[in-house]
Amino acid sequence: MSQTFAQKALARASGVADPQPGQIVDAFPDVYMSHTASWRCIQTLKQLGTDKLYDRDRIAMVMDHLSPAYTAKTAADQRMCREFAERMGIKNFFDVDSGIAHIVLMERGIIRPGQLIIGTDSHSTIYGALGAFGTGVGFSEITAAWVTGKLWMRVPESLRIQLDGEFPAGTYAKDLMLYLIGKVGADGATYESVEFHGDLVGSLSVSERMTLANLGMEMGCKNAFIPPDQKTRDYLYAAGLSDDDIEEIQPDDDAVYRHRVDLDVSTLEPQIAAPHTVENVVGIGAVAGTKVDQVFVGSCANAKLDDLLIVADLLKGRRVAPGVRLIVTPASRMIMAHAGHEGALTTLLEAGAMLTNPGCGACAGNGGAMADGEVTLSTANRNFRGRMGSYDASIYLSSPATAAASAITGVITDPREIVR
Amino acid sequence: MTPLKGQCLILGDDIDTDLIIPGRYLVSIDRAELAPHALEPLGPEIQERLRVSPIIVAGTNFGCGSAREQATTCLLGAGVKAVVAASFSRVFYRNSINTGLLAITSPEAAEAATDGSVLEVDSATGTVTVDGVAFSFVPYPPELMKIVEAGGLIPYVAAQLREESNA
Repeated sequence: MSQTFAQKALARASGVADPQPGQIVDAFPDVYMSHTASWRCIQTLKQLGTDKLYDRDRIAMVMDHLSPAYTAKTAADQRMCREFAERMGIKNFFDVDSGIAHIVLMERGIIRPGQLIIGTDSHSTIYGALGAFGTGVGFSEITAAWVTGKLWMRVPESLRIQLDGEFPAGTYAKDLMLYLIGKVGADGATYESVEFHGDLVGSLSVSERMTLANLGMEMGCKNAFIPPDQKTRDYLYAAGLSDDDIEEIQPDDDAVYRHRVDLDVSTLEPQIAAPHTVENVVGIGAVAGTKVDQVFVGSCANAKLDDLLIVADLLKGRRVAPGVRLIVTPASRMIMAHAGHEGALTTLLEAGAMLTNPGCGACAGNGGAMADGEVTLSTANRNFRGRMGSYDASIYLSSPATAAASAITGVITDPREIVR
Repeated sequence: MTPLKGQCLILGDDIDTDLIIPGRYLVSIDRAELAPHALEPLGPEIQERLRVSPIIVAGTNFGCGSAREQATTCLLGAGVKAVVAASFSRVFYRNSINTGLLAITSPEAAEAATDGSVLEVDSATGTVTVDGVAFSFVPYPPELMKIVEAGGLIPYVAAQLREESNA
């Protein structure tokens, strides 16, 4: 009865002792996350003819996309959420000043190892960075879970990704994930639970693990998992949790995986996802020199403290190239404050960057739109056509270091060429 | 469910959620309001065809990307009843079941269909017919079929709640 992480996590959440891949179980999630979609859930709740909630303490709402509001409609939607949270006594309500839902919930101790978290956002896979089972669902499912406490889940097959070696200079977790997505394809892990193992994973910070679990979604996975360890526990302590709050789940050593990918990162180079799919990945040499109109450092993939510090470090004493718009959107208010203490925000401003309030920002199309024919290099996780303004604009994806190097030169640039 | 018959619109591989319904339109959840913007980035000719095609046929990884439920409801609003694809992204597949759109995985049928082909879908028997040639697919498991037949998760749960309060 050896089990993968997904089997164990869904056994815990469903009460089914040994759920097998393909089996459908009724699972009871620990957290129901809804972001900007929260108003859609509230509207949909009316169709259920009840406002009796299964467990209001499992509801978490974060006003992260479209924040602050730029239309009266959005402002009214956000007010609806604010008033609903007040009326129903939902304590985990985070308003437009907080930042991106995933990051906010993790840094405030709401996400714990082994938990099942459903969210109205595909990148809910990111909770795997803390050893939790996070997965994206539609807003109707969140609404139904508010009332019934459960939803149907198909037990996934698992993919084991074994990562070893050390990152060469100028390469990061983002380059690794783009490389893997290019290798296995945008549907290479469809409906699967992706487990990241190996010496490299243990050496990564929790923030870097978030980038892994976040980008797992772009291989089509249902959830991602990184084995919790002392680094995870230290992160959780900093988020206000104690050992009593933490029940880790580890897969069995002899668990059965549908397939396995082995990679040594020692020869990895900076990677770029070219328009208009995330699997359209090339080594940086193939697109170096491409002119950029805008550089965006943001999103739940790469706007965390370490990402901002990497960008600030490269920009220190340098200037953003004339004609290039560099937009920096910290992932959360806490991260922004921390970056301020480190002096990184001043460095960014002095270099010519535009700083915006924390949140999803340009990744969700809120500001940072492009005109026909323009090009953005972005640290986000999607480069789909039309995602940032014109349907005739192009988005390239990269690490924060590559983004910073390219902002300095005005063309896609290998960060290893910008030596400090 | 009664079998469905109609002509199809052919789309390619990796049709993502931003192509199906751009993020700027997510301020609505009304199917009729969303429908005019379905597949907008693919241009007016495709949109014109969409309006007269109750079935979409696509390649691999249909609906990849965002968890936005409007990706299925905008298609329903435009009159689409079923998508037959070589494969689906996970969240789009879930959203289809939960909003009452038939998502049928059949690489063979997707390969056989050409623009304007007439398809017949029988979700009960797991058969899709393309211009008279039949292909089988794995039907939804019974517990999920009940949700589709109810018209989606919300009507399904609403009916359950009514039953419980009457019991």
